[in-house]
Amino acid sequence: MRRTTRRLMRGIALLSVLALGATACGGSDDDSSSQGPVSASDIQAALKKGGTVTVWAWEPTLKTVAADFQKKYPKVKINLVSERSGDKHYTALSNAISAGKGVPDIAQVEYFALSQYSLTKGLSDLAPYGADKLASKYTPGPWNAVSDGDKVYGLPMDSGPMAMFYNKKVFDKYKIAVPTTWDEYVDAARKLHKADPKVYIANDAGDAGFTTSMLWQAGSRPYKVDGTKVTINFDDAGAKKYTDTWQQLIDEKLVSPINGWTDDWYKGLGDGTIATLTTGAWMPANFVTGVPNAAGDWRAAPMPQWTKGDKASAENGGSSLALPTLGKNKELAYAFVEYANSGAGVQTRIGEGAFPATKAELQASAFQNKEFEYFGGQKANEIFADSAANVAADWSYLPFQQYANSIFNDTVGKAYISDTKLIDGLKSWQDASIKYGKEQGFTVE
Amino acid sequence: MSSTSSPVTTASQSASVPAAGTTKSAPRLRTPRKHTPGRRKRSVLLTVLTGLILLYTVVPLVWLVISATKTMDGLANSSGLWFSNDFALWDNISQTFTYHDGIFVRWLLNTLLYVVLGAGGATLLAILGGYALAKFNFPGKRAVFAVVIGAVAVPGTALAVPTFLMFSKMGLTDTPWAVIIPSLVSPFGLYLMWVFATEAIPVELLEAARIDGAGEVRTFFQVAMPLLAPGTVTVLLFTTVATWNNYFLPLIMLKDPNWYPLTLGLDAWNNQAQTIGGDVIFNLVITGSLLTIVPLIAAFLLLQRFWQSGLAAGSVKE
Repeated sequence: MRRTTRRLMRGIALLSVLALGATACGGSDDDSSSQGPVSASDIQAALKKGGTVTVWAWEPTLKTVAADFQKKYPKVKINLVSERSGDKHYTALSNAISAGKGVPDIAQVEYFALSQYSLTKGLSDLAPYGADKLASKYTPGPWNAVSDGDKVYGLPMDSGPMAMFYNKKVFDKYKIAVPTTWDEYVDAARKLHKADPKVYIANDAGDAGFTTSMLWQAGSRPYKVDGTKVTINFDDAGAKKYTDTWQQLIDEKLVSPINGWTDDWYKGLGDGTIATLTTGAWMPANFVTGVPNAAGDWRAAPMPQWTKGDKASAENGGSSLALPTLGKNKELAYAFVEYANSGAGVQTRIGEGAFPATKAELQASAFQNKEFEYFGGQKANEIFADSAANVAADWSYLPFQQYANSIFNDTVGKAYISDTKLIDGLKSWQDASIKYGKEQGFTVE
Repeated sequence: MSSTSSPVTTASQSASVPAAGTTKSAPRLRTPRKHTPGRRKRSVLLTVLTGLILLYTVVPLVWLVISATKTMDGLANSSGLWFSNDFALWDNISQTFTYHDGIFVRWLLNTLLYVVLGAGGATLLAILGGYALAKFNFPGKRAVFAVVIGAVAVPGTALAVPTFLMFSKMGLTDTPWAVIIPSLVSPFGLYLMWVFATEAIPVELLEAARIDGAGEVRTFFQVAMPLLAPGTVTVLLFTTVATWNNYFLPLIMLKDPNWYPLTLGLDAWNNQAQTIGGDVIFNLVITGSLLTIVPLIAAFLLLQRFWQSGLAAGSVKE
């Protein structure tokens, strides 16, 4: 029931985006690429003059960053509008862009959704402001996500290098070794479920973000994007590696059919019925507030590998701050984005539990030596930073990934609830995505 | 299909009715006076069915009330239909009102604003329009009837996106007007008032008032309005509930959390659990939901008398 209503709402939200999206392209006639470089003194002058910057972002640590920024530049007011995230955030953003009114000066945009807005010229190129010189500051995954050739469509705010979180109490109880490869992972799944039929190694009811991250780590590169030319192909060795392994878990019913981010999910993480969670390094903050009763039970470990001894990793989640083309106060907006995601704001945000995308902060000893009380005093950041350094940079998302993700459950999701095989599910996801891409005017193969 | 199946059902009905009747009709023949309308045959099946429906409707409410007494820990570690050891209702309520600088109170006031102006206005318009349509003749009345009936059939959700585009052209999105103005339109309320006014106000009474020299405005306020009271309350309840529960329209229209109604606010809190680094506050979402339905329950209980007589109006020929 829950799932269908949620999906229905998503469908409605998406429909409205699409309905409005039809008019979106015509909205912004001024081409941002024609803009000349903006010097640092221009930005300083704007900061002196002051003004209001409206930010649509749900990232909780931005509150403190905004307050600090206003203290530093008293004439600038940061109007932080939050409370909405995910689909609803993008619905509102697309609505505002297509209406040409009420567009924020800064918007939080997740990596997977960036190209959707940048391709329709919904976002300003930040290179003229000096963003292109910041490339070396960031880890490869996030930088690759925000940049397109010599254009930069946002500054990375956080990143989600993958790690495996596991419930040590459960593994200890049944004396099962913590898996380091995906083969060991499947073995551990069998042993755990046999020892206690209520325990599953993981929950997975079909999640586009997780599957794409897994494909990323396995070396599959299903999406190739070159302007409006898009290739979608799940028929490669990496994808086969993933589907072969994961299919075993599905066939033997070794993954719990609980949807992520629901109250059931939080419950499962707390009571030991979900034993591992392979996800982004931002997860600790969610553990602390969402699963307070399991403090001390969980630990972090490197993501299981396809070949023993490898260190391959991938990104999951993470978002940037971008400047919508129709926003105002561009210099001020850029100054804030730089402050929050590259300057002093990064340290503030780390202090409040965010996971950075900047190399210097990731390698800092204070960061790496931080002991996580929740993980029994483990220095988990060492694992995460290591993972961040081992993310392959050549991954790209579709320029309509948001739509593709929304139909994931109708295609790949079938593998979880019927006899459809995962690999066939990917094939029908591919077909549906190609069809949609063509309808949107892309050249898709 | 129907031609074959209907005789079967009638046959089985006619077979069962005398069977039930023979046992019970025997004493009834001897003492016919004892058979009063208040005493009806008890049906085990109906009782069980009603019981099931009662359970089905009451269980979520019970769950909500019980869950509102739990902390986050208690929610995760206890059965939903019984209390856990931590009784945190008062704490939850005070947290709900104080979390994020008391934004819940702001949302509550917003909702009240939308209900008072939106539902109140919709009711007023429905009374005026319904009365006019019921008691005056004018060219194009049939067309109006068709439009109103058609409008009842169009779900508000379908109109939300077009309304958004229209409102954004007028620069009204992200303001309270974007929620209030569409709420003023209640085709169903208008239709209900129309039907009610037709039945509840005798034309003779209006004629008498006119003969006594009362103008149309005075006739409406002093003669018609009091007679329309039960219908008014019914429409007011309908529009209040619709505005109070409205989710999709404000979702599309509003971005600034300071103008959210409770529905959107609670949803935003719930979504925090799905956000990287977000604060998970299921206990406040649940307590907030409970607090959100309390005013609706109160409104129903207080207006029950009018509402019931409103529903029954016109059902019996006097």
